[in-house]
Formats: sequence, structure tokens, C-alpha cells
Amino acid sequence: MTALRQATEVVDPVPGASAPHLPQQPDLVQLLTPEGERVEQPDYSLDISDEELRSLYRDLALVRRWDVEATALQRQGELGIWASLLGQEAAQVGAGRALADGDMAFPTYREHGVAWARGVDPLDVMSLFRGVDNGGWDPVARRFNLYTIVIGAQCLHATGYAMGVQRDGSEDAVLAFLGDGATSQGEVNEAMVFAASFAAPVVFFCQNNQYAISVPLERQTRIPLYQRAAGFGFPGVRVDGNDVLAVLAVTRAALQAAREGQGPTFIEAFTYRMGAHTTSDDPTRYRLASELEEWKLRDPIARLKAHLSRDGIADAAFFESVDAEGDELAARIRTGTVEMPDPAPSSMFEHVYAEQTPPLAAQQAEFEAYHASFEGGVER
Amino acid sequence: MTETLTIGKALNLGLRRAMEDDAKVVLMGEDIGKLGGVFRITDGLQKDFGEDRVVDTPLAEAGILGTAVGLAMRGYRPVCEIQFDGFVFPAYNQIVTQVAKIHARSKGRVAMPIVIRIPMGGGIGAVEHHSESPEAYFAHTAGLKVVAVSNPVDAYWGIQQAIAHPDPIVFLEPKRRYWEKAEVDTSATPDPLFGSRVVRGGDDVTLLAYGPMVKTALQAAQAAADEGRSIEVIDLRTVSPLDLDPVFESVRRTGRCVVVHEAPTTLGLGAEIAARVTETCFHSLEAPVLRVGGYDTPYPPSKLEEEYLPDLDRVLDAVDRAMGF
Repeated sequence: MTALRQATEVVDPVPGASAPHLPQQPDLVQLLTPEGERVEQPDYSLDISDEELRSLYRDLALVRRWDVEATALQRQGELGIWASLLGQEAAQVGAGRALADGDMAFPTYREHGVAWARGVDPLDVMSLFRGVDNGGWDPVARRFNLYTIVIGAQCLHATGYAMGVQRDGSEDAVLAFLGDGATSQGEVNEAMVFAASFAAPVVFFCQNNQYAISVPLERQTRIPLYQRAAGFGFPGVRVDGNDVLAVLAVTRAALQAAREGQGPTFIEAFTYRMGAHTTSDDPTRYRLASELEEWKLRDPIARLKAHLSRDGIADAAFFESVDAEGDELAARIRTGTVEMPDPAPSSMFEHVYAEQTPPLAAQQAEFEAYHASFEGGVER
Repeated sequence: MTETLTIGKALNLGLRRAMEDDAKVVLMGEDIGKLGGVFRITDGLQKDFGEDRVVDTPLAEAGILGTAVGLAMRGYRPVCEIQFDGFVFPAYNQIVTQVAKIHARSKGRVAMPIVIRIPMGGGIGAVEHHSESPEAYFAHTAGLKVVAVSNPVDAYWGIQQAIAHPDPIVFLEPKRRYWEKAEVDTSATPDPLFGSRVVRGGDDVTLLAYGPMVKTALQAAQAAADEGRSIEVIDLRTVSPLDLDPVFESVRRTGRCVVVHEAPTTLGLGAEIAARVTETCFHSLEAPVLRVGGYDTPYPPSKLEEEYLPDLDRVLDAVDRAMGF
């Protein structure tokens, strides 16, 4: 029996490493301690080269640098809003790097780290938060769906896509992202019912960052989230979401099980949103500073850095080179964002339909004529 | 080749043709497999096309539409059956926020060729939620197209055209007319899906209807003819986009226009049509555009539905009022 198949048992009703008054959380898959020591997990062994380890570090560091720059750009009025991934880099990069080329990922609106792992240009994400479009990347080419803002809706899309994969007789797998709050949504539960019934090759990757904006996990669930999976009839596993190696190993195993026809898995990546929900949020109203300080000790990047340094996998020159690369990336993001042109006004009429309707075409023509009546006219 | 078909059988045959024509067509819904659907519209299709193409889904309408979105993203053409009009609302979020928006969201990179079949309207003596007319909710949503067929010919061709179309279509079926028959020439060239049609010529009043009310409108026109009044009846056929050019042409001749639908009158399709006819035909109008619709109440218990639904007498009353100006 693999770890993914093991029976789950109900334990402490409200788990949380962040909550010292609660019993210690069970069954947390961890390959790297917060101090950067490798731990063996026979069910999730990870054979990884030094080069891959350095490249994971690079991803984590660059994604955080992007996030910092985006937050700054929002503060300077260059973005309408920004949903920070601070603290969730390992969960996202680990999951994103577990995907095979043909696999399809369905993000929420915070998966910048997965976007990065899928080769999406950060500027194509910035354009969404600047209000230029709804995401500039090609979801088909990048195998990374557009951000979905209605909470949980994408879990059904992922499941349906996986049902299509089954009908194609393909070995692709599908990765659906969701948060702890989304587990309360009816559509997410329907997705799990469909996925289980049809044994669809989909993995539900839940980043439990402890808060749905301001509402803590306790309001969403009275059992550990990963144990919900048992009720749907498929395995659930909890992984240390701040441990990029564990996330990579657990997600790879789940995707492989899906590929082999074993159906869905629910992964609870136990993590913490170190920043605000978005730049419009004020977390000081609903959580204690001490909680954040506690989680800083489990920082996903510091832990990998400690491991690389401790085991002599990377030296100071390497870390300096990543920092320099981060600064270059930030500069490119800043320039690219600030110089991003506004969309042409008339473009809102385009792509409403594959075949535009005569009434909409008439409305577009009226709009363009109205604009053209002003000096200078309108650019199409 | 001509066959006598009911609307229900015409839909069944149309679905069969669509599935034969394109292996990516997948039917999804509750009880549509062995049972053939509660109205038997998918009768026999699972037996012939298998469980992967005629999918008995779990009992969850949002699940049906949401997974249809994913299947469409993977290159399939899902045809979703919603069992009754009043059961579409659990799927409303997926239809309005996802199905309707994904083509625009993706700048045209991802198409949503999904057909949402909904048996529509009242008159069958049913319990609550089985008799509603939700078309305006969908017509108000950019990104959707809404079709309402009234007869076996349009049912047979329309469902095939809808399935082959690249945009999502809410396909409304007049449930109390499922058993109405007509000759269907299955080798003919069909009319375009998104077009209205003059189904009876006349000079005094232009009467507009779609779906189940077309028959009522035609009956009213016949009754009026017996009293010497000449009514032109137009079957709108498509609710979104509206094809109003034939309506404008007609109203310019008759000077009078009455719109009939089962849906509540306030902010129903009649309101939009009245505004458009008034804007376009203002100088031709001899009377205000009048609406005959359901009342602004919940659909009543079935013992009262004949009071609620527009019938021949209410239509003729509106015609009289239009003529009285």
C-alpha cells in the first residue's frame, strides 16, 4: 500500500502548527526540516541532483523577487491590486515543477509561482493586475489556464478537462489549485464527486494558508482538510507546504497515480500567507503579529538556502548570482509594467463571441463612431 | 426525405445526427442514459454511442456545466441537459461567470462550444420549479446566445446547428409542445439558426412570439381572422441575438406590435423588443408596443397556471387594445 492509498483517520479537529494550544499536527510529509536538514520519507523518496536543487532555489527566489516588485508597483499606483504569494513560494513552485509538459494546470488567482514554473512571462500576469486584460498568456500553449477569480469554479473545469483526457486515452494529468476557503464551496465539492465517480486523472492541490481573507481555517472545517478526501473516496495527504522538496515529491506521486488510472488525490499543502490577502487587505485586523513571526521561522526559501549551504550544494557566489538575476528580473517587470500600453477602447467588443452577433457589431460601430466624433478619434 | 416527427423525436434525431457527424460531441445530464431523460429526448442514444458519450452525471447541475467547460477546453463539444428550467440555477454561476466569459477572457484563444438544453415553460400541471421561463437571465449575459424553438423542423435542425456553432448556446425547448407533430424534411437546407421568421402574413397587427407561445400566437391570429382582423405572426426563434429586421419591416406596414411570452412581463424580452421597435419604427407606430406575459409573481401552483400563462384570449385582448389607439 502506497502512502497515497493509506487510510485516513480523524484526529484533532482543528490542526495547525501555528496554534500551539492544539495537539501536534499528524501525518505531515516533510523532506526538509525548517532548519534545512533532509528527512527520509520512504513513500516519497526524491532522487534529485544538486543542479535541480539549485534551480528550485532560483525559482523560489525569483518568484519572491517578482512578488516584492509587484507589491511595490501597486503601492506606486502602477497596479490596481496585487495578490501576493509571499510565504507560498515552495507550495507553488514545488507543485508547478511536478507537472509534466503535457499536463494541464488550473490556477486560482495567486499561483504566480506555478505560472513561473509553466514558463508564463510575469508581464502577462502583471497585465491582469494592471487592468489591461484578464491575463495575457496563452492557456493552451502554456498548459496553464487563465486565472479564475470566482472561488473554486476552476476545480470543475479541471475535472472536466481530466474527463476529456480519459476519453482521449492520454496519459496527461491535471492539477487543480484551490485554497482552504474554497473547500467550503459547493462547486469544489461537486468537482470531487465527479472526479471520484469517473476516476478522473485530476489532483486537487489545496494551499491551506490558514486564512480565507480574514476568516481562519476553523470556520471552514472541523477536520483536517486532507481528511475530507476520504469522504469522497480518494486519498488525501498533507504535505509541508513550505518544503519545496516534499511538495514536489508528493505532487509528482499524485500526478503519477492519476496517470496510471488510479483517480484523484487531494493534497493539502500546509502553509501560511505571510502577506496580506491582497494589497487591499489589512491582516493586522484579524491575526496576531506573533503568528507571522512564528511562520517566518519556517520560511520556505530560508530553509532551502540552509540546506544548500549546509551540504555544500551552493556557495555564496551562487546566491549572489541569483540575487543579481532577481534584480534584473525586477527591473524588467517594472519597466514592462509601467510601459504597458492601455488596450484600445474598442477591443472590449472583440472576442465576446467567436462569431460576433449583428446587434453587438452595431453597438461596436456606434461606440467607434461616438469616439471618432471627438478630436483625434479613437484607435482601434 | 420527409418524416412526421414530434418535437421530442426531432430533437432525438437531431442529437443522433450531431453525434454521428462529430465524435467530439458528448451528451451530459441527469438520467439521460438508460432512462433516456425524463422527457426521453436522449432515448436510445447511450445504447448506441456508449457511456462515455452519453454521460449519466452525478446529480449536480453546477458540476455538469463546470465539467462541460473543462471538456470544451480539451476539445469536446458538450451538450448538457438540464432536467427542468427551474433546476438551472445551481449551474447559473458556471454559465454566467465561466461559460459566457471564457472566450473573451482568453482573447479568443479558448472557445466554449457548449449547448445547454433546457425544457422551458409551463402548462404541464407540474409542481414548483418545473414550469419557468428563464430566458431573460441568459439573454442579459454577454457571451451567451439563446435559442427558443417552437416546432419539429427547427428542433431537428436547430439542435444540430447549435452543437456545430462555436459559441455557447442556451437551447430552450418548449416542453409542453414536445409531443406536437409536423413533417420534417431531413434532406432540406435549413434556415439559419439566428433568424426570425414570418410564420403567418397579415396587415393589421404584428404579433411576436417564440418557443411555446408561437402556437398560441398562431391560434390567436386564426381566431382574429375569423373576426376579420389580419395578424402577422413572427416566430423570433432566437432570443439572443434578436433578429429584428423582419419585425421592423412588418411593424412599418402594420403600425402595431404585440409581444407574447410566458416569462414575467417586467424586464422580460418584450421590454427590450418594445424599446427597440420604438427606437426604430417610431414614426410608423399607430399604438404603443404592447406586452402579454406572465405576471410578476412566482410561477403559481398548477391549478392557477392557466390564469398565469398568456392564452388566446389575453393575446386577442392585447390585439384589441392595440387596434383601439
